[in-house]
Amino acid sequence: MALSAGAAHERAEALSRPRANRLGLWLFFASETFLFAAFISARFVSSGTYKPEELNQPLALFLTVVLLGSSISAYLAETSIAHGNRQGLIRYLSITILLGLAFLVGVGFEFKEAIEYFPPETIYGSNFLALIGLHGFHVFTGVVALAVVLRLGTKGHFEPDDYWGVEGVVKYWHFVDLAWVVIFPTLYLF
Amino acid sequence: MRPLIRAVVLGLVGYVAGAWLTVAVRGGSPSDDVAVTFGFILGLIGWLMGIGVWNAWAREWFGLPAKPDQATGWQRYLTFNTDHKVIGVQYLVTFITVLLLGGFMALIMRWELANPGQDFLDPDTYNKLMSMHGILMIATAVAGILGAFGNYLVPLMIGARDMAFPRVNAMSFWLIPPVAIGLLSAPLLGSFDSGWTAYPPLSVVNEGGQVLFILAVITFGLSSILGGLNIVTTVATMRAPGMSWGRLPIFVWAAFAASVLSLLITQFFAASLILILLDRAAGTTFFLAEGGGDALLYQHLFWFYSHPAVYIMVLPAFGVMLEIITHLARKPLFAYKVVVAGFWGIVGLSVAVWAHHMFTSGMAESLHAPFMALTEAISIPTGLVFLGALGTLWQGRLQSKTPLWLAFGWLFNFTIGGITGIYLADVATDIHLQDTYFVVAHFHYTIVGGTIFALIAGSYFWFPKITGRMYHERLGKIFAVWLTVGFNLVFIPLFWVGINGMNRRIADYPEFFAGPNAFASVAAYILGAGFLLYAGNLLWSARRGPAADPNPWGARTLEWQLPSPPPEHNFPLLPEVVGHPYDYGIPGSVHVAPMTPEGGEEA
Repeated sequence: MALSAGAAHERAEALSRPRANRLGLWLFFASETFLFAAFISARFVSSGTYKPEELNQPLALFLTVVLLGSSISAYLAETSIAHGNRQGLIRYLSITILLGLAFLVGVGFEFKEAIEYFPPETIYGSNFLALIGLHGFHVFTGVVALAVVLRLGTKGHFEPDDYWGVEGVVKYWHFVDLAWVVIFPTLYLF
Repeated sequence: MRPLIRAVVLGLVGYVAGAWLTVAVRGGSPSDDVAVTFGFILGLIGWLMGIGVWNAWAREWFGLPAKPDQATGWQRYLTFNTDHKVIGVQYLVTFITVLLLGGFMALIMRWELANPGQDFLDPDTYNKLMSMHGILMIATAVAGILGAFGNYLVPLMIGARDMAFPRVNAMSFWLIPPVAIGLLSAPLLGSFDSGWTAYPPLSVVNEGGQVLFILAVITFGLSSILGGLNIVTTVATMRAPGMSWGRLPIFVWAAFAASVLSLLITQFFAASLILILLDRAAGTTFFLAEGGGDALLYQHLFWFYSHPAVYIMVLPAFGVMLEIITHLARKPLFAYKVVVAGFWGIVGLSVAVWAHHMFTSGMAESLHAPFMALTEAISIPTGLVFLGALGTLWQGRLQSKTPLWLAFGWLFNFTIGGITGIYLADVATDIHLQDTYFVVAHFHYTIVGGTIFALIAGSYFWFPKITGRMYHERLGKIFAVWLTVGFNLVFIPLFWVGINGMNRRIADYPEFFAGPNAFASVAAYILGAGFLLYAGNLLWSARRGPAADPNPWGARTLEWQLPSPPPEHNFPLLPEVVGHPYDYGIPGSVHVAPMTPEGGEEA
């Protein structure tokens, strides 16, 4: 049975598009996991489980809570647009961006404090700079992506049956949070 | 032409802006490591936006309608075109060019090595030339087949209209020119003399060209990752009805397996180079002993990518060669399922063998035996692939065509490459052979003899599909013999000098090695001259060759059921796969149901 060309292709395309998008995103996460794994293994290979006393654990724990909280607001943003609640989308995306920025400021503060005690010229300082920098860069790109989606949302883009942009960015945000959940103990607890 | 000019201008503006801003903020020279880094990053963004990422893609992020490039004819190849066939040809032409360029550098090196003593290259220049040759050829081997045939053939073979992410695909290709520009402009900053492996501490303390190497290779890694992601997603989600996993053409399996590997482990190369960049530009001390760092860490991170990378190079080559062999032997592919299992066995084992590059590095001796055993175990899945190739040829009705001639050369070369690999995997012999020309010869037998032979064979085999014209068969066969014989004449003597202790990566050698080196140098020029025949045949045939039949090999896979070259979006009707692709000689067997337009409308 040969289906008519245009119709059959469009149907196949419509069926496979969300699957392809999601799979592509998850493959990207798998790839990124290897990047984080390389940096994390470098920390244990070069510094073992050593950690300096001067690390500000309470601040880092607070930042962890901030970042995990932002995952909740990101999730609420996604469910809002899934139910057609544009106001909710805008509100929760804004909260997520603010929490992300708060995290970046906090990490920057902690970093500035920390390198007084263990500068990059020491091996733990090298690991600290690399891991914080790598993760900070991911948070930064996540904030930029959230801002792009927020702006599109305020202009009336995305519908309950078509919000891949929101879904993709929110999933990326969860991934970045999860990476921190591994990096926090790697740097602060071992 | 306009997008290309815009890309060059924006790339240059980005570079100057990045370097200048860095100098304005922190002082220093515009050619120091930090300024070059920011210049390269902004230049890369400028280049991508100029070539078409902005028009075809990024405008959507700002709520503006995308404006994809509408160029037609040959100008498509110079624009941000999302047709996977255009991208495949872009990759093919680019990497054949890089191959010839890298080969030309090898000829200069062989000129210097023709006699003992210093002729015209000082040792430093020699090392820089050797490093450049290395990284250009590695890039060709990694992305040549996957980029060219992976892009061109995978959607055709599985009955899809395009790749899953056409714009990501176009970006994967357009990341390549900045890589080439970055590498080839490294001599402006003193070039890099650390080989393609970029071992620290040398790569942390040498001249600024190393930074361009690092940035270019990270960019190249990004291109590989995006390309791999695209191929995996395409195969997983866009197969035509009836194209079950058990009916995938073997090249698709090979490209899929290599893409999974590339997608994941390329990040380790990026990571190891980012750490070197931090050591150079941010004052960290990962690989410098005085700050508590350890150069061995680099070797672990680097080889965790770079050993599996040889399987990223060679798995697609297996796929190409098995396609050629089965179509031209007119027999079902022998042990299809076993071959696929072999591919996955290679993928699995390849990430557990990296430290065999480090037997003499001073790593823990307890690691020697396990890495030796695991490395030697990889010959089992590789043997399964060879079983498929030999079993298919056995009692086949061999069609005497250039690609099949090259396939025989490939079988011979890769067998030698595989057997000599055992002596390098074995700790006892490796301690003697490491860092000699034995390694050089072994590596060239696997990568040139394996991968580049497949790239060349594939460029003949799919030439009629890509161009719609036929290459010159007799000249093709002459080249196949020339290449196989010439290649072996160059590299067989290098095994001998290596066993006797001639060190690689050094511009000079003792009088004792003069004879074989002179022989290898003469042979290298004979081999190099052969490529004029190759390029001449394909270039001339692409313009003036006789029109080719859509299916000159009588092959069954989907790409041969279409006109040559296939139209945009490939299939006028959604193809329906009803049988295995390789059931040659089995009565009543069919791969694709007839694609007749029964009242269907044109796409």
